Amino acid sequence: MFKLSIVSPERVLYEDDVESLVAPGIDGYLGILTNHAPLITSLTTGKIEIRDVHKKEKIAAISQGFLEVSNNTATILADAVEFAEEIDLSRAESALDRAKKRLNMDSGDIDLPRARNALIRAKNRVRLVKQVKQMNR
Amino acid sequence: MQSLRDIRKRIRAVESTKQITKTMEMVAAARLRKAQQQIESFRPYAKKMQEMLTHLSEASGSVEHPYFEQREGNKVALVMVSSDRGLCGSYNSNIFRRANQWVADHPDLDVGLLLVGKKAINFYKRRDYKILNSFKDFDGKFDIGKVREITNYLSELFISGDVDRIVFVYTAFLSTANFKIAEMQFLPIKAEFEAEAEEEESSAAREYIFEPDPETIFKQLLPSYALVLVQMAIADAIASEHGTRMLAMGSATKNAGEMIDHLTLQRNKARQASITNELLEIVSGAEALNK
Repeated sequence: MFKLSIVSPERVLYEDDVESLVAPGIDGYLGILTNHAPLITSLTTGKIEIRDVHKKEKIAAISQGFLEVSNNTATILADAVEFAEEIDLSRAESALDRAKKRLNMDSGDIDLPRARNALIRAKNRVRLVKQVKQMNR
Repeated sequence: MQSLRDIRKRIRAVESTKQITKTMEMVAAARLRKAQQQIESFRPYAKKMQEMLTHLSEASGSVEHPYFEQREGNKVALVMVSSDRGLCGSYNSNIFRRANQWVADHPDLDVGLLLVGKKAINFYKRRDYKILNSFKDFDGKFDIGKVREITNYLSELFISGDVDRIVFVYTAFLSTANFKIAEMQFLPIKAEFEAEAEEEESSAAREYIFEPDPETIFKQLLPSYALVLVQMAIADAIASEHGTRMLAMGSATKNAGEMIDHLTLQRNKARQASITNELLEIVSGAEALNK
């Protein structure tokens, strides 16, 4: 068991003891268990899986951030993060459509890296919502 | 003495003013609550980020980053956070006074102003200061997109070498009735997290694993930290704006109430005087007939 807190500029999403954590590291997903060695890493857009002390699993969508583990305390600083069940599927899908359209416009005045990021984020959210829905079925 | 009609008119006018200030007070209170929530939900993030930077810098040693670069030059950008709307007491004039003072105190520096808020723009429009740029349309609401825009602009300004130092003057929000004008050096970032490190020696001994290397993480983390600094200053300024407005409108409402009391007294006196007058006329008229 170790302490996990997930914070974003908007709010503290999670602060509790957990059994395990899986987070999207910059070079691939990493799993954190109790007594993990001290670690600082940057996170990319993806899925956070939490298993709390009651063996309950929670899934959250993160878009970029940082993870620090030390002394059985894990901290995730996220640019944006939300639990999958909080995501509004229709809104996420329309965001995905918008991002796709913007990339297809192909006009010179769009900020390409930003548009790509938006697309990746939107894809991630839509994917996670669907995944959670299937799990609950 | 004023006529009864005039007094009644004034009472009505003051009453409607009172109603307006009362409403504005309540609106400001509601917005203050929102702004306060904003600050409170944001503080954990800022704190954790500082902690992470501390650990990162003590574990990785000195890191080179343009944000840390101390330059000899004397070009300074002074960022002033004011409001877009008035009727908030001395909120804006305090900022201007402090900023002017700052410029006067540093005659050897080449200070350019960066104005946030319409009030600052109007104030400095006709004054003899160098203005680098201005931002408006916050309108008392916190907007992360605009904060990002300002942060990007400022870091661009610093990295390109147009200015050697960026300082913020804003109103720090201490409590709902306590605000203080604060200065904050934004860039180059003061390595203040290194000073904190000494307190936690246990963590210094820890060997961190970095993924990827510390420099890369630093490079990714510092822009976020810069954003956090700007965000804190602006969130504080917005909360202070509503706080000062609430206080100003509260005392305006109180003053209006006192004025109404005073006018009511005058009105009653005037009414009584006119009644007495009328009575006198009637009585003396009747007496004239009796003769």
